[in-house]
Amino acid sequence: MKYPWKNLLPRYLILIVFMLVVLVPIWGMFTSAFKTSTEVMEGPFSLPSDWSLDNFEQAWRVGRFNIFFKNSVIVATAVVISSVFLSTLSGYAFGALPLPGKSWLYPLILIGYMVPFEAVIIPLYNLMDTFGITDTLWALILPQVGLSVSFGTMWMSSFFENTPGELTDAATIDGCSRWQTLWYILWPIAKPAVTTLVVLIFMWTWNEFLLALVLVQNEALRTLPVGLAFFQGKYTANIPLMAAGAIIVALPTILIYVLFQRFFIRGMLGGAIKG
Amino acid sequence: MANVTKKYPGESRWKGWWYLLPALLVYLLFTFLPILETIRSSFYQWDGFSQNKVWIGLANYVELFSDPKFHNALRNNLIFVIFYSLIPILIGLFLASMLSRRPIPGFAFFRTALFLPQVISMVVVGVIWRWMFNPTFGPINSLLRQIGLDVFAISWLGDFTWALPAVGSIGTWVQYGFCMVLFLAGMQHIQDEYYEAASLDGANAFKQFIHITVPGLRSEIAVALVTTIIAALRVFDLVYTTTRGGPGETTMVTGFLIYRAAFTNNRIGYAAAIATVLTLIILIISLFIRRYQQQGSEEST
Repeated sequence: MKYPWKNLLPRYLILIVFMLVVLVPIWGMFTSAFKTSTEVMEGPFSLPSDWSLDNFEQAWRVGRFNIFFKNSVIVATAVVISSVFLSTLSGYAFGALPLPGKSWLYPLILIGYMVPFEAVIIPLYNLMDTFGITDTLWALILPQVGLSVSFGTMWMSSFFENTPGELTDAATIDGCSRWQTLWYILWPIAKPAVTTLVVLIFMWTWNEFLLALVLVQNEALRTLPVGLAFFQGKYTANIPLMAAGAIIVALPTILIYVLFQRFFIRGMLGGAIKG
Repeated sequence: MANVTKKYPGESRWKGWWYLLPALLVYLLFTFLPILETIRSSFYQWDGFSQNKVWIGLANYVELFSDPKFHNALRNNLIFVIFYSLIPILIGLFLASMLSRRPIPGFAFFRTALFLPQVISMVVVGVIWRWMFNPTFGPINSLLRQIGLDVFAISWLGDFTWALPAVGSIGTWVQYGFCMVLFLAGMQHIQDEYYEAASLDGANAFKQFIHITVPGLRSEIAVALVTTIIAALRVFDLVYTTTRGGPGETTMVTGFLIYRAAFTNNRIGYAAAIATVLTLIILIISLFIRRYQQQGSEEST
Protein backbone atom coordinates (compact mmCIF):
# COMPACT_ATOMS: atom_id res chain seq x y z
CA MET A 1 0.00 0.00 0.00
CA LYS A 2 1.23 3.44 -0.87
CA TYR A 3 0.20 6.89 0.16
CA PRO A 4 -1.67 9.17 -2.23
CA TRP A 5 0.11 12.49 -2.80
CA LYS A 6 -2.38 14.36 -0.65
CA ASN A 7 -1.25 12.37 2.38
CA LEU A 8 2.42 12.41 1.49
CA LEU A 9 2.80 16.17 1.46
CA PRO A 10 2.28 16.86 5.20
CA ARG A 11 4.57 13.93 5.99
CA TYR A 12 7.32 15.38 3.83
CA LEU A 13 6.87 18.73 5.57
CA ILE A 14 7.37 17.16 8.99
CA LEU A 15 10.46 15.30 7.78
CA ILE A 16 11.90 18.42 6.17
CA VAL A 17 11.48 20.51 9.33
CA PHE A 18 13.22 17.95 11.53
CA MET A 19 15.90 17.36 8.95
CA LEU A 20 16.62 21.09 8.72
CA VAL A 21 17.04 21.32 12.50
CA VAL A 22 19.82 18.74 12.14
CA LEU A 23 21.40 20.14 8.99
CA VAL A 24 21.30 23.91 9.53
CA PRO A 25 23.90 24.01 12.38
CA ILE A 26 26.20 21.68 10.43
CA TRP A 27 25.78 23.72 7.25
CA GLY A 28 26.44 26.97 9.14
CA MET A 29 29.68 25.57 10.53
CA PHE A 30 30.67 24.24 7.11
CA THR A 31 30.28 27.63 5.38
CA SER A 32 32.04 29.42 8.27
CA ALA A 33 35.17 27.43 7.52
CA PHE A 34 35.52 29.22 4.19
CA LYS A 35 34.89 32.72 5.53
CA THR A 36 37.14 35.46 6.82
CA SER A 37 36.78 36.64 10.42
CA THR A 38 34.91 39.76 9.30
CA GLU A 39 32.52 37.76 7.14
CA VAL A 40 31.56 35.63 10.15
CA MET A 41 30.38 38.79 11.95
CA GLU A 42 28.19 39.80 9.02
CA GLY A 43 25.67 37.04 9.46
CA PRO A 44 25.75 33.38 10.41
CA PHE A 45 24.24 32.07 7.20
CA SER A 46 25.66 34.45 4.65
CA LEU A 47 27.77 32.67 2.07
CA PRO A 48 31.52 33.29 1.89
CA SER A 49 32.48 35.72 -0.87
CA ASP A 50 35.29 33.43 -1.93
CA TRP A 51 35.40 29.71 -1.15
CA SER A 52 38.99 29.89 -0.05
CA LEU A 53 40.82 27.04 1.65
CA ASP A 54 43.09 29.36 3.66
CA ASN A 55 41.54 28.40 6.99
CA PHE A 56 42.06 24.71 6.30
CA GLU A 57 45.66 25.33 5.37
CA GLN A 58 46.23 27.32 8.54
CA ALA A 59 44.56 24.69 10.75
CA TRP A 60 46.48 21.94 8.98
CA ARG A 61 49.91 23.52 9.43
CA VAL A 62 49.75 26.10 12.24
CA GLY A 63 47.16 24.17 14.24
CA ARG A 64 49.21 20.98 13.67
CA PHE A 65 46.16 19.10 12.44
CA ASN A 66 48.47 17.31 10.02
CA ILE A 67 50.10 15.58 13.02
CA PHE A 68 46.78 14.91 14.79
CA PHE A 69 45.35 13.49 11.58
CA LYS A 70 48.28 11.13 11.16
CA ASN A 71 47.94 9.98 14.79
CA SER A 72 44.21 9.39 14.41
CA VAL A 73 44.75 7.35 11.25
CA ILE A 74 47.43 5.19 12.91
CA VAL A 75 45.39 4.58 16.07
CA ALA A 76 42.11 3.90 14.25
CA THR A 77 43.73 1.55 11.72
CA ALA A 78 45.59 -0.43 14.36
CA VAL A 79 42.57 -0.68 16.66
CA VAL A 80 40.18 -1.68 13.86
CA ILE A 81 42.43 -4.37 12.37
CA SER A 82 43.43 -5.99 15.65
CA SER A 83 39.98 -5.76 17.25
CA VAL A 84 38.23 -7.25 14.24
CA PHE A 85 40.78 -10.04 13.93
CA LEU A 86 40.67 -10.92 17.66
CA SER A 87 36.86 -10.63 17.76
CA THR A 88 36.48 -12.94 14.77
CA LEU A 89 38.49 -15.63 16.57
CA SER A 90 36.74 -15.18 19.92
CA GLY A 91 33.31 -14.83 18.31
CA TYR A 92 34.00 -18.10 16.46
CA ALA A 93 34.91 -19.72 19.78
CA PHE A 94 31.65 -18.57 21.36
CA GLY A 95 29.42 -19.20 18.38
CA ALA A 96 30.77 -22.38 16.81
CA LEU A 97 33.36 -24.21 18.90
CA PRO A 98 33.33 -26.39 22.02
CA LEU A 99 34.04 -23.93 24.81
CA PRO A 100 33.99 -25.17 28.41
CA GLY A 101 33.07 -22.32 30.74
CA LYS A 102 31.02 -20.51 28.12
CA SER A 103 28.23 -19.79 30.61
CA TRP A 104 30.44 -17.63 32.85
CA LEU A 105 32.75 -16.33 30.12
CA TYR A 106 29.91 -14.63 28.29
CA PRO A 107 28.78 -12.37 31.17
CA LEU A 108 32.44 -11.69 31.98
CA ILE A 109 32.91 -10.18 28.53
CA LEU A 110 29.48 -8.53 28.52
CA ILE A 111 30.54 -6.41 31.51
CA GLY A 112 33.24 -4.74 29.42
CA TYR A 113 30.60 -3.77 26.90
CA MET A 114 28.43 -2.01 29.46
CA VAL A 115 30.89 -0.17 31.71
CA PRO A 116 31.68 3.48 31.03
CA PHE A 117 35.29 4.44 30.18
CA GLU A 118 35.35 6.44 33.40
CA ALA A 119 35.45 3.09 35.22
CA VAL A 120 38.79 2.10 33.68
CA ILE A 121 40.57 5.35 32.93
CA ILE A 122 42.44 5.77 36.23
CA PRO A 123 44.03 2.28 36.40
CA LEU A 124 44.75 2.43 32.66
CA TYR A 125 46.71 5.61 33.18
CA ASN A 126 48.81 3.91 35.87
CA LEU A 127 49.16 0.74 33.80
CA MET A 128 50.51 2.65 30.80
CA ASP A 129 52.89 4.41 33.14
CA THR A 130 54.11 1.05 34.50
CA PHE A 131 54.65 -0.23 30.96
CA GLY A 132 56.49 3.00 30.18
CA ILE A 133 54.46 3.62 27.02
CA THR A 134 52.69 6.86 27.96
CA ASP A 135 54.84 8.59 25.37
CA THR A 136 53.78 6.36 22.49
CA LEU A 137 50.59 5.74 20.55
CA TRP A 138 50.51 2.23 22.06
CA ALA A 139 49.00 3.89 25.14
CA LEU A 140 45.94 4.66 23.01
CA ILE A 141 45.88 1.55 20.85
CA LEU A 142 46.12 -1.24 23.45
CA PRO A 143 43.31 -0.05 25.78
CA GLN A 144 40.98 0.60 22.88
CA VAL A 145 41.56 -2.89 21.49
CA GLY A 146 40.73 -4.27 24.94
CA LEU A 147 37.54 -2.23 25.11
CA SER A 148 36.49 -3.00 21.53
CA VAL A 149 36.88 -6.80 21.62
CA SER A 150 34.11 -6.92 24.18
CA PHE A 151 31.49 -5.66 21.75
CA GLY A 152 33.24 -7.34 18.82
CA THR A 153 33.15 -10.78 20.44
CA MET A 154 29.42 -10.57 21.05
CA TRP A 155 28.72 -9.17 17.60
CA MET A 156 30.71 -11.91 15.82
CA SER A 157 29.47 -14.73 18.05
CA SER A 158 25.86 -13.90 17.18
CA PHE A 159 26.86 -14.08 13.52
CA PHE A 160 28.53 -17.50 13.88
CA GLU A 161 25.61 -18.85 15.93
CA ASN A 162 23.30 -18.07 13.06
CA THR A 163 25.31 -19.68 10.28
CA PRO A 164 23.86 -22.98 9.10
CA GLY A 165 25.60 -25.97 10.67
CA GLU A 166 25.40 -27.96 7.43
CA LEU A 167 27.90 -25.61 5.89
CA THR A 168 30.58 -26.23 8.49
CA ASP A 169 29.75 -29.93 8.75
CA ALA A 170 30.22 -30.30 5.01
CA ALA A 171 33.52 -28.48 5.21
CA THR A 172 34.71 -30.79 7.98
CA ILE A 173 33.73 -33.89 6.04
CA ASP A 174 35.78 -32.52 3.15
CA GLY A 175 38.72 -32.44 5.52
CA CYS A 176 38.80 -28.76 6.49
CA SER A 177 40.22 -28.01 9.90
CA ARG A 178 38.37 -25.55 12.14
CA TRP A 179 40.88 -22.91 11.15
CA GLN A 180 40.34 -23.53 7.43
CA THR A 181 36.56 -23.62 7.88
CA LEU A 182 36.71 -20.22 9.54
CA TRP A 183 38.79 -18.49 6.89
CA TYR A 184 37.73 -20.29 3.69
CA ILE A 185 34.05 -21.06 4.37
CA LEU A 186 32.75 -18.63 6.99
CA TRP A 187 34.85 -15.50 6.48
CA PRO A 188 33.54 -14.88 2.93
CA ILE A 189 29.91 -15.02 4.07
CA ALA A 190 30.71 -12.95 7.17
CA LYS A 191 31.40 -9.85 5.09
CA PRO A 192 28.27 -7.87 6.04
CA ALA A 193 28.74 -8.57 9.76
CA VAL A 194 32.45 -7.76 9.56
CA THR A 195 31.81 -4.56 7.60
CA THR A 196 29.38 -3.36 10.26
CA LEU A 197 31.92 -4.15 12.96
CA VAL A 198 34.67 -2.33 11.06
CA VAL A 199 32.69 0.87 10.56
CA LEU A 200 31.41 0.95 14.15
CA ILE A 201 34.83 0.36 15.73
CA PHE A 202 36.38 2.86 13.33
CA MET A 203 33.88 5.53 14.32
CA TRP A 204 34.17 4.86 18.05
CA THR A 205 37.96 4.94 17.92
CA TRP A 206 38.15 8.01 15.70
CA ASN A 207 35.79 9.98 17.97
CA GLU A 208 37.12 8.69 21.30
CA PHE A 209 37.98 11.57 23.58
CA LEU A 210 38.47 10.72 27.26
CA LEU A 211 41.17 8.06 26.81
CA ALA A 212 43.04 10.16 24.26
CA LEU A 213 42.85 13.17 26.56
CA VAL A 214 44.22 11.37 29.59
CA LEU A 215 46.54 8.62 28.35
CA VAL A 216 48.95 10.71 26.27
CA GLN A 217 50.35 14.01 27.49
CA ASN A 218 52.70 14.75 24.62
CA GLU A 219 51.15 17.22 22.18
CA ALA A 220 52.71 15.38 19.23
CA LEU A 221 50.67 12.27 20.12
CA ARG A 222 47.23 13.88 20.29
CA THR A 223 44.43 12.55 18.15
CA LEU A 224 42.09 14.85 16.22
CA PRO A 225 39.28 15.27 18.80
CA VAL A 226 41.77 16.11 21.57
CA GLY A 227 43.71 18.36 19.22
CA LEU A 228 40.50 20.18 18.35
CA ALA A 229 39.55 20.60 22.02
CA PHE A 230 42.90 22.24 22.82
CA PHE A 231 42.72 24.26 19.63
CA GLN A 232 39.34 25.56 20.74
CA GLY A 233 40.81 26.68 24.06
CA LYS A 234 43.48 28.62 22.19
CA TYR A 235 41.52 30.22 19.35
CA THR A 236 38.08 30.61 20.96
CA ALA A 237 37.22 33.75 19.00
CA ASN A 238 38.51 32.60 15.61
CA ILE A 239 35.37 30.87 14.33
CA PRO A 240 36.55 30.24 10.73
CA LEU A 241 39.74 28.54 11.90
CA MET A 242 37.86 26.40 14.43
CA ALA A 243 35.22 25.50 11.84
CA ALA A 244 37.98 24.34 9.49
CA GLY A 245 39.48 22.22 12.28
CA ALA A 246 36.07 20.75 13.12
CA ILE A 247 35.52 19.76 9.49
CA ILE A 248 38.91 18.03 9.32
CA VAL A 249 37.89 15.99 12.39
CA ALA A 250 34.36 15.18 11.19
CA LEU A 251 34.88 14.57 7.48
CA PRO A 252 36.38 11.04 7.61
CA THR A 253 33.56 9.64 9.78
CA ILE A 254 30.92 11.39 7.69
CA LEU A 255 32.42 9.97 4.48
CA ILE A 256 32.56 6.44 5.87
CA TYR A 257 29.04 6.82 7.19
CA VAL A 258 27.68 7.96 3.84
CA LEU A 259 29.49 5.16 1.98
CA PHE A 260 28.57 2.38 4.41
CA GLN A 261 25.38 3.67 5.97
CA ARG A 262 23.43 0.47 5.43
CA PHE A 263 25.90 -1.43 7.62
CA PHE A 264 26.27 1.42 10.01
CA ILE A 265 22.57 1.94 10.70
CA ARG A 266 22.02 -1.80 11.05
CA GLY A 267 24.63 -1.94 13.79
CA MET A 268 23.36 1.13 15.62
CA LEU A 269 19.73 0.03 15.47
CA GLY A 270 20.73 -3.41 16.74
CA GLY A 271 21.56 -1.70 19.98
CA ALA A 272 25.28 -1.43 19.38
CA ILE A 273 26.20 0.97 22.11
CA LYS A 274 29.56 1.46 23.57
CA GLY A 275 29.23 1.95 27.29
CA MET B 1 19.43 -22.13 14.55
CA ALA B 2 21.76 -25.04 14.07
CA ASN B 3 23.81 -26.30 16.92
CA VAL B 4 27.28 -25.94 15.55
CA THR B 5 29.03 -25.84 18.90
CA LYS B 6 29.34 -29.62 19.16
CA LYS B 7 32.82 -30.98 19.13
CA TYR B 8 33.99 -33.13 16.29
CA PRO B 9 35.31 -36.66 16.82
CA GLY B 10 38.89 -36.61 18.01
CA GLU B 11 38.80 -32.90 18.68
CA SER B 12 39.91 -31.48 22.01
CA ARG B 13 36.99 -30.12 23.97
CA TRP B 14 39.18 -27.12 24.81
CA LYS B 15 39.48 -26.17 21.13
CA GLY B 16 37.44 -22.99 21.59
CA TRP B 17 39.80 -21.69 24.25
CA TRP B 18 42.65 -21.34 21.77
CA TYR B 19 40.51 -19.07 19.66
CA LEU B 20 39.20 -17.14 22.62
CA LEU B 21 42.49 -16.69 24.42
CA PRO B 22 44.09 -13.76 22.51
CA ALA B 23 40.98 -11.57 22.77
CA LEU B 24 40.38 -12.66 26.36
CA LEU B 25 43.90 -11.73 27.45
CA VAL B 26 43.73 -8.27 25.89
CA TYR B 27 40.28 -7.78 27.39
CA LEU B 28 41.32 -8.92 30.87
CA LEU B 29 44.44 -6.79 30.91
CA PHE B 30 43.02 -3.56 29.50
CA THR B 31 39.40 -3.64 30.59
CA PHE B 32 38.42 -6.18 33.21
CA LEU B 33 41.37 -5.88 35.58
CA PRO B 34 41.22 -2.06 35.42
CA ILE B 35 37.55 -2.27 36.48
CA LEU B 36 38.53 -4.37 39.51
CA GLU B 37 41.45 -2.02 40.22
CA THR B 38 39.08 0.97 40.18
CA ILE B 39 36.87 -0.74 42.75
CA ARG B 40 39.93 -1.59 44.89
CA SER B 41 41.29 1.97 44.67
CA SER B 42 38.00 3.33 45.92
CA PHE B 43 38.87 1.95 49.38
CA TYR B 44 42.18 3.84 49.49
CA GLN B 45 43.39 7.34 49.91
CA TRP B 46 46.04 8.03 47.27
CA ASP B 47 47.38 11.03 45.37
CA GLY B 48 48.49 9.01 42.34
CA PHE B 49 52.25 9.54 42.73
CA SER B 50 53.47 8.64 46.22
CA GLN B 51 54.14 5.13 47.53
CA ASN B 52 51.83 6.04 50.37
CA LYS B 53 48.51 4.35 49.60
CA VAL B 54 46.34 4.28 52.73
CA TRP B 55 43.44 1.86 53.26
CA ILE B 56 40.52 3.92 54.52
CA GLY B 57 37.65 1.45 54.09
CA LEU B 58 34.39 3.05 53.08
CA ALA B 59 35.48 6.59 53.95
CA ASN B 60 35.46 7.71 50.29
CA TYR B 61 31.88 6.48 49.92
CA VAL B 62 30.79 8.12 53.16
CA GLU B 63 32.27 11.40 51.97
CA LEU B 64 30.75 10.94 48.52
CA PHE B 65 27.20 10.50 49.72
CA SER B 66 27.35 13.67 51.78
CA ASP B 67 29.21 15.71 49.14
CA PRO B 68 26.92 18.44 47.75
CA LYS B 69 29.07 18.57 44.58
CA PHE B 70 28.32 14.90 43.88
CA HIS B 71 24.61 15.40 44.55
CA ASN B 72 24.64 18.36 42.20
CA ALA B 73 26.47 16.41 39.47
CA LEU B 74 24.11 13.45 39.81
CA ARG B 75 21.09 15.74 39.66
CA ASN B 76 22.49 17.32 36.47
CA ASN B 77 22.95 13.85 34.97
CA LEU B 78 19.29 13.14 35.72
CA ILE B 79 18.29 16.38 34.02
CA PHE B 80 20.41 15.27 31.07
CA VAL B 81 18.37 12.06 30.98
CA ILE B 82 15.32 14.24 30.27
CA PHE B 83 17.13 15.97 27.39
CA TYR B 84 19.06 12.96 26.02
CA SER B 85 16.44 10.30 26.49
CA LEU B 86 12.92 11.39 27.37
CA ILE B 87 12.48 14.26 24.89
CA PRO B 88 14.15 12.45 21.93
CA ILE B 89 12.06 9.32 22.55
CA LEU B 90 8.86 11.38 22.72
CA ILE B 91 9.81 13.26 19.55
CA GLY B 92 10.72 9.96 17.89
CA LEU B 93 7.42 8.33 18.86
CA PHE B 94 5.45 11.38 17.78
CA LEU B 95 7.16 11.53 14.40
CA ALA B 96 6.98 7.81 13.84
CA SER B 97 3.25 7.81 14.51
CA MET B 98 2.73 10.84 12.27
CA LEU B 99 4.68 9.28 9.44
CA SER B 100 2.93 6.01 10.04
CA ARG B 101 3.60 2.53 8.82
CA ARG B 102 3.75 2.66 5.09
CA PRO B 103 7.05 3.31 3.34
CA ILE B 104 7.58 6.88 2.19
CA PRO B 105 9.39 7.34 -1.12
CA GLY B 106 12.77 8.99 -0.57
CA PHE B 107 12.87 8.21 3.13
CA ALA B 108 16.45 6.92 2.84
CA PHE B 109 17.59 10.45 2.10
CA PHE B 110 15.95 11.85 5.24
CA ARG B 111 17.30 8.97 7.27
CA THR B 112 20.85 9.76 6.20
CA ALA B 113 20.48 13.34 7.38
CA LEU B 114 18.66 12.57 10.63
CA PHE B 115 21.35 10.10 11.66
CA LEU B 116 24.24 12.45 10.94
CA PRO B 117 24.79 13.82 14.50
CA GLN B 118 25.38 10.23 15.64
CA VAL B 119 28.56 9.86 13.62
CA ILE B 120 30.15 13.22 14.39
CA SER B 121 32.68 13.50 17.22
CA MET B 122 31.12 15.11 20.31
CA VAL B 123 34.01 17.58 20.34
CA VAL B 124 32.91 18.76 16.90
CA VAL B 125 29.30 18.91 18.11
CA GLY B 126 30.56 21.07 20.99
CA VAL B 127 32.38 23.40 18.59
CA ILE B 128 29.27 23.69 16.39
CA TRP B 129 26.98 24.53 19.30
CA ARG B 130 29.36 26.96 20.99
CA TRP B 131 29.13 28.88 17.75
CA MET B 132 25.32 28.49 17.62
CA PHE B 133 25.05 29.80 21.18
CA ASN B 134 27.69 32.53 20.77
CA PRO B 135 26.24 35.62 22.49
CA THR B 136 27.40 38.22 19.95
CA PHE B 137 27.36 36.63 16.49
CA GLY B 138 25.84 33.19 17.05
CA PRO B 139 22.82 32.30 14.86
CA ILE B 140 20.46 31.84 17.82
CA ASN B 141 20.97 35.32 19.20
CA SER B 142 21.07 36.87 15.72
CA LEU B 143 17.68 35.34 15.07
CA LEU B 144 16.29 36.51 18.43
CA ARG B 145 17.45 40.08 17.73
CA GLN B 146 15.98 40.03 14.25
CA ILE B 147 12.54 39.15 15.55
CA GLY B 148 12.77 41.80 18.26
CA LEU B 149 13.41 39.52 21.22
CA ASP B 150 16.66 41.23 22.21
CA VAL B 151 16.04 40.54 25.91
CA PHE B 152 16.41 36.82 25.27
CA ALA B 153 19.69 37.22 23.40
CA ILE B 154 21.70 36.16 26.43
CA SER B 155 25.00 34.38 26.90
CA TRP B 156 23.40 30.94 26.90
CA LEU B 157 26.37 28.83 27.94
CA GLY B 158 27.54 31.34 30.53
CA ASP B 159 24.19 31.81 32.22
CA PHE B 160 23.59 30.23 35.61
CA THR B 161 19.98 29.35 34.76
CA TRP B 162 20.21 28.57 31.05
CA ALA B 163 23.57 26.80 30.65
CA LEU B 164 22.23 23.40 31.74
CA PRO B 165 19.16 23.32 29.47
CA ALA B 166 21.31 24.77 26.66
CA VAL B 167 23.87 21.94 26.90
CA GLY B 168 21.04 19.44 27.42
CA SER B 169 19.28 20.55 24.25
CA ILE B 170 22.46 19.73 22.31
CA GLY B 171 21.92 16.18 23.53
CA THR B 172 18.36 16.29 22.21
CA TRP B 173 19.70 17.45 18.85
CA VAL B 174 22.11 14.49 18.74
CA GLN B 175 19.62 11.81 19.79
CA TYR B 176 16.20 12.50 18.28
CA GLY B 177 17.03 11.43 14.73
CA PHE B 178 18.36 8.15 16.05
CA CYS B 179 15.16 7.49 18.02
CA MET B 180 13.00 8.43 15.08
CA VAL B 181 14.79 6.13 12.62
CA LEU B 182 14.76 3.33 15.18
CA PHE B 183 11.01 3.61 15.76
CA LEU B 184 10.16 3.96 12.08
CA ALA B 185 12.12 0.79 11.34
CA GLY B 186 10.24 -0.96 14.15
CA MET B 187 6.85 0.18 12.90
CA GLN B 188 7.37 -1.64 9.62
CA HIS B 189 7.09 -4.88 11.61
CA ILE B 190 3.74 -4.12 13.24
CA GLN B 191 1.06 -5.85 11.21
CA ASP B 192 -1.57 -3.72 9.52
CA GLU B 193 -4.31 -6.09 10.72
CA TYR B 194 -3.97 -4.79 14.28
CA TYR B 195 -4.70 -1.25 13.19
CA GLU B 196 -7.52 -2.36 10.89
CA ALA B 197 -9.16 -4.36 13.68
CA ALA B 198 -8.78 -1.42 16.08
CA SER B 199 -10.36 0.95 13.56
CA LEU B 200 -13.30 -1.40 13.17
CA ASP B 201 -13.70 -1.41 16.94
CA GLY B 202 -13.81 2.37 16.84
CA ALA B 203 -10.42 3.06 18.49
CA ASN B 204 -9.22 6.56 17.64
CA ALA B 205 -5.69 7.41 16.51
CA PHE B 206 -4.50 8.16 20.03
CA LYS B 207 -5.82 4.88 21.41
CA GLN B 208 -4.25 2.99 18.54
CA PHE B 209 -0.96 4.70 19.33
CA ILE B 210 -1.10 3.75 23.02
CA HIS B 211 -2.41 0.21 22.59
CA ILE B 212 -0.78 -0.93 19.35
CA THR B 213 2.15 1.27 18.40
CA VAL B 214 3.85 1.63 21.81
CA PRO B 215 3.62 -2.08 22.76
CA GLY B 216 4.67 -3.03 19.23
CA LEU B 217 7.78 -0.90 19.59
CA ARG B 218 8.66 -2.35 22.98
CA SER B 219 12.01 -3.72 21.93
CA GLU B 220 12.97 -0.57 19.97
CA ILE B 221 12.01 1.62 22.92
CA ALA B 222 14.23 -0.54 25.14
CA VAL B 223 17.19 -0.09 22.79
CA ALA B 224 16.55 3.67 22.67
CA LEU B 225 16.30 3.86 26.47
CA VAL B 226 19.53 1.95 27.09
CA THR B 227 21.47 3.91 24.47
CA THR B 228 20.29 7.38 25.40
CA ILE B 229 20.20 6.99 29.19
CA ILE B 230 23.75 5.65 29.19
CA ALA B 231 24.81 8.53 26.95
CA ALA B 232 23.23 10.98 29.42
CA LEU B 233 24.85 9.38 32.45
CA ARG B 234 28.34 9.22 31.02
CA VAL B 235 28.34 12.57 29.23
CA PHE B 236 31.84 14.03 29.34
CA ASP B 237 33.12 15.20 25.94
CA LEU B 238 30.26 17.63 25.40
CA VAL B 239 30.56 19.26 28.81
CA TYR B 240 34.34 19.43 28.43
CA THR B 241 34.09 21.29 25.14
CA THR B 242 31.14 23.57 25.88
CA THR B 243 31.20 24.67 29.53
CA ARG B 244 33.74 22.62 31.57
CA GLY B 245 31.01 22.25 34.17
CA GLY B 246 30.45 25.99 34.56
CA PRO B 247 29.38 28.60 35.18
CA GLY B 248 30.04 27.73 38.81
CA GLU B 249 28.99 24.10 39.05
CA THR B 250 25.76 24.49 37.11
CA THR B 251 26.62 22.03 34.31
CA MET B 252 28.92 19.77 36.35
CA VAL B 253 28.26 16.09 35.65
CA THR B 254 29.53 12.89 37.25
CA GLY B 255 31.92 12.06 34.39
CA PHE B 256 33.60 15.43 34.65
CA LEU B 257 33.73 15.18 38.44
CA ILE B 258 35.70 11.91 38.11
CA TYR B 259 38.10 13.53 35.65
CA ARG B 260 38.61 16.56 37.90
CA ALA B 261 39.03 14.55 41.10
CA ALA B 262 41.56 12.18 39.50
CA PHE B 263 43.59 14.39 37.19
CA THR B 264 43.26 17.91 38.62
CA ASN B 265 42.85 17.36 42.36
CA ASN B 266 44.91 14.13 42.47
CA ARG B 267 42.35 12.35 44.63
CA ILE B 268 42.55 8.93 42.99
CA GLY B 269 40.63 7.02 45.66
CA TYR B 270 37.79 9.50 45.70
CA ALA B 271 37.58 9.59 41.90
CA ALA B 272 37.54 5.77 41.87
CA ALA B 273 34.62 5.78 44.33
CA ILE B 274 32.61 8.11 42.06
CA ALA B 275 33.49 5.94 39.05
CA THR B 276 32.38 2.79 40.90
CA VAL B 277 29.04 4.34 41.83
CA LEU B 278 28.48 5.63 38.28
CA THR B 279 29.34 2.20 36.82
CA LEU B 280 26.94 0.48 39.21
CA ILE B 281 24.13 2.86 38.30
CA ILE B 282 24.74 2.25 34.58
CA LEU B 283 24.93 -1.55 34.99
CA ILE B 284 21.73 -1.68 37.04
CA ILE B 285 19.82 0.50 34.58
CA SER B 286 20.95 -1.48 31.52
CA LEU B 287 20.18 -4.84 33.16
CA PHE B 288 16.78 -3.53 34.24
CA ILE B 289 15.87 -2.33 30.76
CA ARG B 290 17.17 -5.54 29.15
CA ARG B 291 14.92 -7.54 31.45
CA TYR B 292 11.92 -5.40 30.47
CA GLN B 293 12.81 -6.00 26.82
CA GLN B 294 13.09 -9.77 27.30
CA GLN B 295 9.79 -9.96 29.18
CA GLY B 296 8.19 -8.17 26.26
CA SER B 297 9.51 -10.62 23.70
CA GLU B 298 8.42 -13.60 25.80
CA GLU B 299 4.89 -12.24 26.09
CA SER B 300 4.59 -11.63 22.38
CA THR B 301 5.63 -15.15 21.39
